[in-house]
Amino acid sequence: MSILINKNSRVMTQGITGKTGQFHTRMCRDYANGKDCFVAGVNPRKPGENLEGIPIFATVKEAKQETGANVSVIYVPPPFAAAAIDEAVEAELDLVICITEGIPVRDMIRTRYKMKDSKTLLIGPNCPGIITPDEIKIGIMPGYIHKKGRIGVVSRSGTLTYEAVAQLMELGLGQSTCIGIGGDPVNGMKHLDVLKAFNEDDETDAVLMVGEIGGTDEEECALWIKDHMQKPVVGFIAGVTAPPGKRMGHAGAIISGGKGTAQEKLVVMEECGINVTRNPAEMGKLLKAAL
Amino acid sequence: MKIHEYQAKDILRQYGVVTPFGTACFSVDDAIKAAQEMGGNVWVVKAQIYAGGRGKGGGVKVAKSLNEVRQFAGEILNMKLVTHQTGPEGQIVRRLFIEQGVSIAKEYYVGMVVDRSSQRVCLMASSEGGMEIEQVATDTPEKIHKVFIDPVSGLTDQQATKVATKIGIPEQGHNEARVLLQGLYQAFDQTDASLAEINPLALTTDNHVIALDAKMNFDDNALFRHPEIVALRDLDEEDPIEIEASEHDLSYIPLDGNIGCLVNGAGLAMATMDIIKLYGGNPANFLDVGGGATAEKVTEAFKLMLRNPSLQAILVNIFGGIMKCDVIAEGVVMAAREVQLTVPLIVRLEGTNVKLGKQILAESGLTIISADNMADAAQKAVTAAARS
Repeated sequence: MSILINKNSRVMTQGITGKTGQFHTRMCRDYANGKDCFVAGVNPRKPGENLEGIPIFATVKEAKQETGANVSVIYVPPPFAAAAIDEAVEAELDLVICITEGIPVRDMIRTRYKMKDSKTLLIGPNCPGIITPDEIKIGIMPGYIHKKGRIGVVSRSGTLTYEAVAQLMELGLGQSTCIGIGGDPVNGMKHLDVLKAFNEDDETDAVLMVGEIGGTDEEECALWIKDHMQKPVVGFIAGVTAPPGKRMGHAGAIISGGKGTAQEKLVVMEECGINVTRNPAEMGKLLKAAL
Repeated sequence: MKIHEYQAKDILRQYGVVTPFGTACFSVDDAIKAAQEMGGNVWVVKAQIYAGGRGKGGGVKVAKSLNEVRQFAGEILNMKLVTHQTGPEGQIVRRLFIEQGVSIAKEYYVGMVVDRSSQRVCLMASSEGGMEIEQVATDTPEKIHKVFIDPVSGLTDQQATKVATKIGIPEQGHNEARVLLQGLYQAFDQTDASLAEINPLALTTDNHVIALDAKMNFDDNALFRHPEIVALRDLDEEDPIEIEASEHDLSYIPLDGNIGCLVNGAGLAMATMDIIKLYGGNPANFLDVGGGATAEKVTEAFKLMLRNPSLQAILVNIFGGIMKCDVIAEGVVMAAREVQLTVPLIVRLEGTNVKLGKQILAESGLTIISADNMADAAQKAVTAAARS
């Protein structure tokens, strides 16, 4: 079944009229079943207009009512992006994917607080999105590098995920679903949430988990894997050479107070029985060996 | 973004945090004048640099006369202050802070950060004032008390009083401690801080609760709504190369190796540094050109890397997605021509328009070592750097 999205998902784009929103909505529409999947756009100032036939609504609620969309992807600029997530959560969508980079942490703390009792899932912000190859792509990743298969991929970064996918493809391994959960310190789904979903997915045989410095999400995920995961998981953590106290591109990729080092994460993952590599060129090989 | 102690105290006072009376000074004469004007007979002369550990490095001194104020201000101003946070090269002291002395009975620690697991602001407090909180966390973690703050109700009276009790502030200080802690949270929240620390927080001999030191960092992503904080930025305290990189919207961090890295995407950029090290080399920098790099941006990135005198090779590692390999290739060719490349250049391209990108490089006539994958690229870069 893949996880979270498939060809039956119906997607709206919040921020469809901006340059980025337009471009990527087109790219996603042109991928696999995209024409059926991308059904609506939202812009409060442009209701009644359309993007090449995709109707634009004033609110998420209306877009949902009129088109049956159950998923939203957000390209709204950072000062307004958290409010866009709030709107999608209030409209009770199943899944929200926020691509926007640069949302203030304070806004995300409040948005996550409001989501406490909500059934809506959030991927991101500051993420490449999610793809179920040959079915649907929601986000900014290049679709053509993927192929349908049985490996799950989860990562905090964009291009490093593409690198991982390319290594899998070289070995003939397609993917069930690939998710970039994003590089921000306060975000939606974590490695753990994604691993749980892959564990229950009968179309996923094994998982490649890519992490990076900062926080303790990978460690928490590893402890869960040790006791519950029924499929092989292999991992890589970026940033063994990152100096402490410096933000390495992603807002969340920082070693602070001696915590969140790559070494620490790798040790915990190994202790939990996860095969890890310290060589980012060998992620694919490691996964193949685990099958 | 970081600010100085005196600036942090100015902000905190607006939220009801009590601090000693003090004045920022830029010369020895200013320092004496300030001490005279505030009166009293004990003053603290403090170096103002962003790095912590100033006291141990000799950047904080207690003066018991105006003569001593003159002496210490003269010693500290323009000194090269070396602390565990500045690294061995130290930091020149350009600003002083003169504060009235306070009679201290006991010192504590309080600080706030964003806790990623609970997705809330976390108040940390400890009876071990003046110590590095990381040290306390390692040696005696039971002495650190944490409160996770609800973003709607804020730090409640009960929570604040409980923390004050736990770290051992006597009961007659509880009211003032509560006001101070709630003010600290208000300041943290309203200014989009990423860190706020009072270390030490002091109980005076006459039972008042007062912030002796203050440190605040801010969320870069929120600076667009805080022009008043951006105005406090002290460029003397920042690495000129990092300032220049940020002007070109490049994420650049200098490291101490000799292989320059130009990569798209933060995760891949870190992984590229890691693989260089793994194959026995040393990365000279972290550099993420981002998703929307243009030929001009790539040229600026090359210029930044070449400013490093230890540079002995450059590795370009690009996985084109939305970013097209031909655009990067054009940028590399343009940059190499413009900046007179003096070190070997290793290029690995993959992803969107890779064939076109490789063709542009091949037809450029430049001496480029091309690599087929990440491992090949790293090995070639390490070999080339060792030879040059």
